[in-house]
Formats: sequence, structure tokens, C-alpha cells
Amino acid sequence: MLETKRNSIRNRLIKMYKAANAGHVGCSLSCLEMIVFIKFQLMKSEDELILSKGHAAALLYSVLAEEGVISEEDIETFYKNGTLLSAHPPVNRIKGIPFATGSLGHGLSIAAGLALASKLKKNDKKIYCITSDGELNEGSTWEAALFIAHHNLKNVVWFIDRNYIQGFGRTEDTLKLDPLDKKLESFGFEVVTANGHDFDSLKNTVAQFQNKKPLAVICNTTKGKDLTLQDTVDCHYLPLTDSDFEKLIMQ
Amino acid sequence: MRKEFAQAMIDIVQSNDKIVFLTGDLGFMALEGLQETMGERFINAGVAEQNMATMAASLAYEGFLPFIYSISPFITLRPYEQLRNDICLHNLPVKVIANGGGYGYGIMGSTHHNIEDIGSMRILPNMKVFVPFTSEDVATSLNEMIHDPSPNYLRLNLATTQQAIAVFSPWRKIKSTLSSFATKAVVIATGTVADNLFKLPTHLSDELEVWLVSKFPIDNIPQELIESIHKTKNVITLEEHQGQCGLHETLASLLLKQLSVPIKYNTLFASGYPSGRYGSQSWHQEENNLGGKNLENKIIEFIRN
Repeated sequence: MLETKRNSIRNRLIKMYKAANAGHVGCSLSCLEMIVFIKFQLMKSEDELILSKGHAAALLYSVLAEEGVISEEDIETFYKNGTLLSAHPPVNRIKGIPFATGSLGHGLSIAAGLALASKLKKNDKKIYCITSDGELNEGSTWEAALFIAHHNLKNVVWFIDRNYIQGFGRTEDTLKLDPLDKKLESFGFEVVTANGHDFDSLKNTVAQFQNKKPLAVICNTTKGKDLTLQDTVDCHYLPLTDSDFEKLIMQ
Repeated sequence: MRKEFAQAMIDIVQSNDKIVFLTGDLGFMALEGLQETMGERFINAGVAEQNMATMAASLAYEGFLPFIYSISPFITLRPYEQLRNDICLHNLPVKVIANGGGYGYGIMGSTHHNIEDIGSMRILPNMKVFVPFTSEDVATSLNEMIHDPSPNYLRLNLATTQQAIAVFSPWRKIKSTLSSFATKAVVIATGTVADNLFKLPTHLSDELEVWLVSKFPIDNIPQELIESIHKTKNVITLEEHQGQCGLHETLASLLLKQLSVPIKYNTLFASGYPSGRYGSQSWHQEENNLGGKNLENKIIEFIRN
């Protein structure tokens, strides 16, 4: 079931990027399985998902179209003048997108605030947040991590798209993040690691969750998975080639 | 105004269970009573203003009425993008409470001052800025703020000691002259720096009609004020704020639309730290021609020449 959803969402996504001749293809392919797993395996209707790495907006739009929240007509307007679907998630207009994102380092704080609201309201709503690894350079992410851990906001589930590539280089050559698991543990999170492209790995990993602390799931991923330029900075920016389009659509 | 603020909040939260108060690790000797009254709805978010501002946006999204509190530069300029993206672009009713503003923190130095607050806040989408003058203005401002479904900024400073000042309003006349014939200039001021106008020598003060702007963005200038300006053709602006984006620039654009005669337009504003030396709030005001003898000399220059 998850595979079927993934294929449908990826096909729509690839068509969107090709029609728009837009970049950020690699960023979306990096967290495709993660978002499908969260949306169609973990989330209940009242839960929230915050896509902190807003540059993967096309993926979020494709998921919301799969759910029927965004129409296929609107999907066709992606990147065009007058669209609701800007290259980063917009303000106030679409169910399933509570906040505009795109400036990195905001999403985990949004999740912390929503989780605090649930705690005050005494409900059990869960807040899922997907951040990139590059945005862990942002100090605000660590402010949020401190707050979530201190207040033991166990209703936050933080998924990190660990593809080791950021905007202008590799993460370990820019601002070293490893050992990331130890950093997160020392902040007070329960940390698990999964293959972020493998649904079985994601399921097995989350099944290990002890639910005593807020959870951080480090998802090892490949930026631009299955593109010719996968695992390079190039696939963050460059639009889809014709041959990659044919290859991914056929898969 | 900090004590008045704390008391007004204690009164308000007793009948409003939507309010959540977040402080950026400040409030010593001021907010303890509020903390006790609010219980779990009062949260010390730590010295982490960016996270605090965004969390407040989320709380507002969930139907709460969040307040965020710190010293003025720490609650405005540090999390500026969080205020813009997460609060203001989404038009969420987060109440940004700034202790200080202008040279309010005096000898604490430039990092604790904020002569950019009104400008930087008033240009944010949906944001309204409240600049109280009297102690009573604090509670009045707060009562207006809690009913406003938009983001607000409140600048707390040392209240005026003047009595019988008109109640809080975006525009109010706070000093008249004996007759319109005696009026040599109309002073338009914002904030508690206007208190310095009451300390001028009487013979000078008697020649000034004084108006106060207490809320931004400003809109239509009252007709009574327009008439006074038409008579004197001499306006002096006074603000404890830097020259750009504050009172005199926004006022000038309105006057250009509403006036039918040319006038003298004299501006008094904070130029920063001209000597590179530090002192009390009133010392900085005087160094910037906003108080004391320097203000007096400037006003003489504006109304005699």
C-alpha cells in the first residue's frame, strides 16, 4: 500500500517538476518515502505535519493531491503565475499546510509550539516534523530541541532527512554534524536511525520507540535518489533531464 | 510601566484563559506575581527568542492568545524573521511586549537600547504598534490589544508624571496654548520622550501646542491638528527613535496628502551615539537634542528663525 502511494506521488511529482522545469527535485526525492510513511502509516486525522524543509514543497503538494486536498487542476499551476502553489509552502491557504516554510530553522519551533498547545489542551495530538540535515546549522533548531526535551514534549516526532548534502557542499565539509545521534541524545531525545527510503526499515525503527522521551528519527537518505546526479549538490538545483524523467516515470 | 504592565496582566488573565505568557528569561522583580497567577500558562522559554516567537505563532494558530516578553531589542530584532514569517505573514494574534525601547535601558548601553523598534515593527505586515505615555495607557493599550485579532507590539518605558493627560488614543492633544495667537509651533511627538516638553521653561512651553501619536501605523490626521498646522505653518516632530521609518517620515507622507499650504517641518530624532559615550536615558536624550537644554535650544531655533 505504501509502495503504491509512493509510486503515484512520485509520478505526479516528477511530472510537476518537468512541466515547471524547476529545481529542488533532489530535495523532494530525498524525503519521498519519509513523508509517505508519516502521512499514510503514522498520522491520525488530527495530527499535524510540518515540512520544515520547505524547498521540498512540490512533494508536499503531490501528497496533498493524493489525499484529495489539492486538486489536480491546481497541481498543474505549480510554478506558474497566479498559482497557489509557490515553490515553498504558502501562507494560510491550504489545509495540511498550517505554516508557510522555506526559511530554514523554523519548523521544529513550529512543532514545539503546536506540541505545547496540545499539552495545555490536554489532547494527544502528535506533531510530525521533517527537517533537512543542512538546517541543523540553524541555531533556532537547537533552541527548539532544548525546549522540546526540557518540557518532554513526547508528542513531537522529529524526522531528519540525513542526506549529507546542503546548499553549497557536503554537511561534513561545511559544519560537521556527526555524531548526530549522540548530539540529539545529549539534548534529551530518544534517537533511532532508519534507511529513509525503505518502508520496512522505517516501520521497524519506529516500532522500537520506547515513548519515554521525544523521538528523533535520523533517516539515512540519498539526495536525488535514482537521478543520474544523485548524491551531488547539483541535484538540489538542476531541473530534471529528459532521460531522468523517462527513467523515473517508468520505474 | 513594568509594574503597571504586570498588574494589568494579572487583572486580565483572571478572566481570560486563552492567554499564554512566554518570557525570554526576564521578569525578575516584576513578573513573579503574574507567574504565580498564571501557573502552567506562564512559561520561561529561556534565552531563546527565535524559538519563543515561533512557538507563540503556533499557540495562536491553536487558538491561544500568546504574549512574548523580553527587553526591546531581544524581542524584536533577534527573532525578526520569526516575527515576520510565522506571526505577521499569518496574521496571528501574538502580543510582543518590549521592556525598554529607545534609550530606555540607559547605562546598560547600546545593545540594550532600541531606537529602531517602532520602524522595524510598524513595517511588518498586519502589525500594530502601541506606544503608551501614561501609566494608565498601559492597561488601556492591553485591553485594546487582547481584542485585536492581529499581532501587536507594546513599547514599555518610564511613564510620564504629568497629570490630566487625555485617555489613550492614536492621536491626542496633550498640551494647549492659551490661544491660537500664542502658538508658534505644533509639536507632534511619540512616546515618553514627550515628557521633556513639559520641562521646558514656561515662556517657551507656552508657545507650543503638543500632540501625541500613540499607535502605528498612523492614519488620517485629526482635523483640529490640521487646522493648528495651517495656522502656525510650523511643525516640530520629537521621537526617541532613529530618523528612518519612525514618526517623522510616516507623518510627512500623511501631511503631504492632507495639507494645502507649505510649512516648516523640523525633526528631532535619535541619531545614535554621536559622542560614543554612555549614560542614563535622559543623558542620551539630551545628547540627541531630545531633552534638557539641547531640546530647549533646538525649539528656540525652530520657532525664532
